Amino acid sequence: MRRSSTKKTGQPASAVSLNSSASDLFRSASSKATSKELERIDQLFSTYADGSSGLIDPEGIEALCSDMEVDHTDVRILMVAWKMRAERQGYFTVDEWRRGLKSLRADTVSKLKKALPELEKEVRRPSNFVDFHAYSFRYCLTEEKQKSIDIESICELLDLVLGSLYRAQVDYFVEYLKTQTDYKVINMDQWMGFLRFCNEISFPDFSNYNPELAWPLILDNFVEWMREKQG
Amino acid sequence: MAVNERETIYLEQGWEIMQKGIMKLKNILEGLPETGISSEEYMTLYTTIYNMCTQKPPHDYSRQLYDKYRESLEEYIMSTVLPSLREKHDEFMLRELVKRWLNHKVMVRWLSRFFYYLDRYFIARRSLPPLNEVGLTCFRELVYQELKVKVSNVVISLIDQGREGKQIDRALVKNILDIFLEIGMGKMDYYENDFEAALLKDSAAYYSCKASGWISEEDFCPDYMLKAKECLKQEKYRISHYLHFSSEPKLLEKVQYELWSVYASRLFGKEYSGYHALLTDHKVENLARMVRVFSKVPTFLDPLTNILKQHITEEGTALVKQAEEAAGRKKANKKDVGLWQQVFMRKVIELHAKYVAFVNERFQNHVVFHEALRKAFEALCNKGVDGSSIADLLATFCDNILRKGSSEKLSNEDIEETLEKVVKLLAYINDKDLFTEFYRKKLARRLLFDMSANDDHERSMLMKLKHQFGVQFTLKMEGMVKDIMLAKENQTSFEEYVSNNPNANPGIDLTVTVLTTGFWPSYKSFDLNLPAEMVKCVEVFREFYQIKTKHRKLTWIYSLGTCNIIGKFEPKTMDLIVTTYQASALLLFNSSDRLSYSEIKIQLNLTDDDVVRLLHSLSCAKYKILKKEPNTKSIAPTDHFEFNSKFTDKMRRIKIHLPPVDGKKKVIEDVHKDRRYAIDASIVRIMKSRKVLGHQQLVMECIEQLHRMFKPDLKAIKKRIEDLITRDYLERDKDNPNLFRYLA
Repeated sequence: MRRSSTKKTGQPASAVSLNSSASDLFRSASSKATSKELERIDQLFSTYADGSSGLIDPEGIEALCSDMEVDHTDVRILMVAWKMRAERQGYFTVDEWRRGLKSLRADTVSKLKKALPELEKEVRRPSNFVDFHAYSFRYCLTEEKQKSIDIESICELLDLVLGSLYRAQVDYFVEYLKTQTDYKVINMDQWMGFLRFCNEISFPDFSNYNPELAWPLILDNFVEWMREKQG
Repeated sequence: MAVNERETIYLEQGWEIMQKGIMKLKNILEGLPETGISSEEYMTLYTTIYNMCTQKPPHDYSRQLYDKYRESLEEYIMSTVLPSLREKHDEFMLRELVKRWLNHKVMVRWLSRFFYYLDRYFIARRSLPPLNEVGLTCFRELVYQELKVKVSNVVISLIDQGREGKQIDRALVKNILDIFLEIGMGKMDYYENDFEAALLKDSAAYYSCKASGWISEEDFCPDYMLKAKECLKQEKYRISHYLHFSSEPKLLEKVQYELWSVYASRLFGKEYSGYHALLTDHKVENLARMVRVFSKVPTFLDPLTNILKQHITEEGTALVKQAEEAAGRKKANKKDVGLWQQVFMRKVIELHAKYVAFVNERFQNHVVFHEALRKAFEALCNKGVDGSSIADLLATFCDNILRKGSSEKLSNEDIEETLEKVVKLLAYINDKDLFTEFYRKKLARRLLFDMSANDDHERSMLMKLKHQFGVQFTLKMEGMVKDIMLAKENQTSFEEYVSNNPNANPGIDLTVTVLTTGFWPSYKSFDLNLPAEMVKCVEVFREFYQIKTKHRKLTWIYSLGTCNIIGKFEPKTMDLIVTTYQASALLLFNSSDRLSYSEIKIQLNLTDDDVVRLLHSLSCAKYKILKKEPNTKSIAPTDHFEFNSKFTDKMRRIKIHLPPVDGKKKVIEDVHKDRRYAIDASIVRIMKSRKVLGHQQLVMECIEQLHRMFKPDLKAIKKRIEDLITRDYLERDKDNPNLFRYLA
C-alpha cells in the first residue's frame, strides 16, 4: 500500500486532475515503489496472454473476466479498456495492460476486481464520461478506415454505455433506430450528439429542443417520431 | 460699512421689513392703488436679506428665510388666488387662471430678486431647489393639481366646439396649454399626462361618433373619403394654432385611425360576406381612394392588403380545384389530359396580370400591395395540381406555345406578351431548377424533332429568362441552340465529304446532329441492333467526324432519331416517317414475313418496355402497318406480327407517332441529385471563406446563395453538412456543438 508521502513527491498540487492522468501521476512518481508492482503486473499479464502473439486475446479476456466474476459483456470491462486506452477491441497489449493496472493500483485479480466500483465512479464523472462515450465508439471500429457502426451494434452499444444512465432515452431511441430506414449506420458525430441530447434535452417532452440548431438530423427525426407517437 | 461693525438684525425685525415689500407687491398685483416699488425700496429689501444671511450664527437666518419665502407664496395662494379661481367656471375660470398664472410669475420674479442672495449661496450649498422653482412648484401643488382636471375638460370642450364649427377663443386655449407646458419646468409630463391623454381619448370618441354618422345605409358612401380628408385638414390647422407641436402626429394618427376603423368595420363587417363583393369597378374606385388617403400610413393599409391576398388566394384555389376536377373527368374518360393543364396555366397567368394591373394602376403601385401580391402568388405557385408541380405545368405551357401545330393560335405579339408573363410568374416559383429541367427537356424535343414553331420566339424566351434570372440559368439551353446551329454547318461539311468520297457513301441520306453532352438532358443509349443499311451510315459518319476532331467520343442515341421509310404497300407506295427504333423494327420484315415478339426483341436488342411501345405504335394505334395476331388492343410477349401489305391511307406520307416515355420521375430525381451537389458546393464555398461559422448562419448563407434556383430544405442542408463532416471537410467544434470548422 503506497504511503501518502510518496504521492506528494515532486508533483504540483493541481496535478491531481479528474481523468486518467492519474496514471501519469503514478508513472512519474518515484520508480522504486513501483518496480515490485510492475513485476506482479507483468506476471499477471503472462497468465492471460497468448504465448505466440504476446497479447491478451479475446479468450484471455474471457478468462480474466471469469476470474473477476464479471461478465465479459459488462460495461465495466469496457471501462477497464478505457483506463488502459486499449486500441483494439478484444485485445490488450502489454503496454496497455501495464498502463491500466498501474493506474488502478491493481497487481492481482482481486485488487482489480476491488478497483471496479471506484473506476465506475471515475468514469461517470461528467468530464470523463464524454471521453468514455467517445472511446467506446472508437473501440468498436474494427476495420481500418471504418467510420461508422451498423444499427444493430449501435443499439447494443447504446444499451451498454448509456443504459444505466439514461434508460428511457436509450430504450426509445433504440426502438426508433430499429424502425427507421433512413440510416443504416451511425457515425461518431451522431453518437456524440446523442449523449449531448440526453444531457441537455428534457425528456420526454423535448420542450427545449430546437431543430433549427445544429442537432444531427437523425435526432430531429427521432424527436418528430416521438412526438407522433405521443399523439 | 464693514461687516463686523453691522448691527445684528433679528429675524422678526428683518421679516417685518420684508413683509412690507411683499404686501406692496400683492397690492400691485391685485390692482389696488399703489406706487411701484422704487429703487431704494428694492435696495433695502435686498440688503436686509443679505445681512440676515451673512450674519454670524446663530443669527444666520438663511434657512428660515428660505422657508418664509415659500410660506409667503403659499399664504398668498391660499388666501387670495384659490378662492378667486374656485368661484369661477368654464371660460371665465380659464381666463382667471391665465391671469393668476401671469401674476404668480411676476410675484415669483420679484420675490426672487428680493431673496436673491439665497439663490447664490445657500441653495447651492445645500443642493436645494432654487427660488424660481420653489415658486412655481407652489402654484403647481396648490393650484394646478386641484384644477387640472376641470381645466382640461373645459379646454377639450372648447376644442370640440371648434370642431363643430363654432368660434372659439383660440388665444385663450393656447395660453392655458402654455401653463400645462410651463408647469413642467422643462418636462413634458404634465402636458402629456394631464391634458394630451384626455385630448386624444376625447378626439377618438368624437370622430368615431362623427364617422358612424356619415356611413349611410348604402354601401361605400363615396363622400366619406372626402369628408375624412377634410376633417384631417381641419385638425391640422387647429393643431398649428394652439396645440403643442408634439401633439400633432399623435392626434392625427388617432383621428385617422378612428376614421379608418369605422369605415373598415363597415367594410369588412358581416354585411359584406364574400370577397367577390369587393372587386366591382365601383368598389375598386372606393378602395383606390382609401389607398390614396391612407397611403402614408402603411399600417392602415393592412386590412386592404389582406383582402387583396385573400382574394387572390381564393381565385387561385378555385382555379386549382377546377383544374383538378377537369383532370379527374378526363382520366375517367381516358381522354388526353393535356388540355386542362393548358387552360389552367393560362388562367393563372391572366390572374396574375389582372392583379398586377390593379396594384399598379389603382393602388398607387404601393409597395405593401406588391408585397401582398407576391406573398399570395408565392403561396399559389408552390402548390401542386393533381400531382404535377406548377414548375412542370408552366414548362409544358411554354412548350405548347412554342411548338408547331400547337392548339394555341396566337399572333406574334401575343406570344411575346405571354412569354413575358410566364417569366414574371416564374419569379414566384421556388423550384426554378425544376422548371429549367422540364423546359430543357421539352426544348430538346422541339429542337431535335424540328418542332419549333419559330426560332425567334425560342431565342426571345431564352433572352427573357437570362435577363430575369442570370446567365447561369440559360447557359445549357443556349448551348443546345448553338449545337443545332453547328449541326447544320456540320451537315453541309458532311455532305461535301460524302460527295467527294464515293466509297464513303452510305447509300442513304443521313443527317446527324452532334450534341454536346453537358448541355443536353441526359439520354440513355441502348445498344440497338441497327439494320445493316444503317450500320454503314454510322461508320461513315464516324470516319468523317474523326477527321474533324480527334479527341471526342461519340455516343449514338438512337432513341432520338427519325427515319423516312418507303413502304411498298399493295394499294400504293407510301412514305412513312418513323423513329429509328420503329424503322429498325419494320426493316426486319424485309427478310421475314412473320416474326414473333421475342424474335423481334432479340433481333433489336431492346428492353421489353421499348419493344412493347414501338410494336404498339405500329400495330395497335392509328396506322396499322403491322398485322398483329391475336388482334387485341395491347402487346403480349406471345404475339406474332406480319407486314400489313394491304395498308393504305388517303395521304401519301404519314407520320407514325411514338409516344415518348414519361421521364417526369427521372427529371425530378435528377434535379434532386443536382441539388445535393449544389448544396454541398455551397457549404464548402462558404466554410472555406469563413473558416468557422455557426450552424444557423451557415444555413442562412446557404439559402441565400442558392435561392435563385431553388429553396433548399433545412433538413436537406443539415444532411449535407453531416455528410461533409463524415467526409472530413468540416468538423464540429469541441466546445460549441453549434459551430463548424473548415478542415483544409
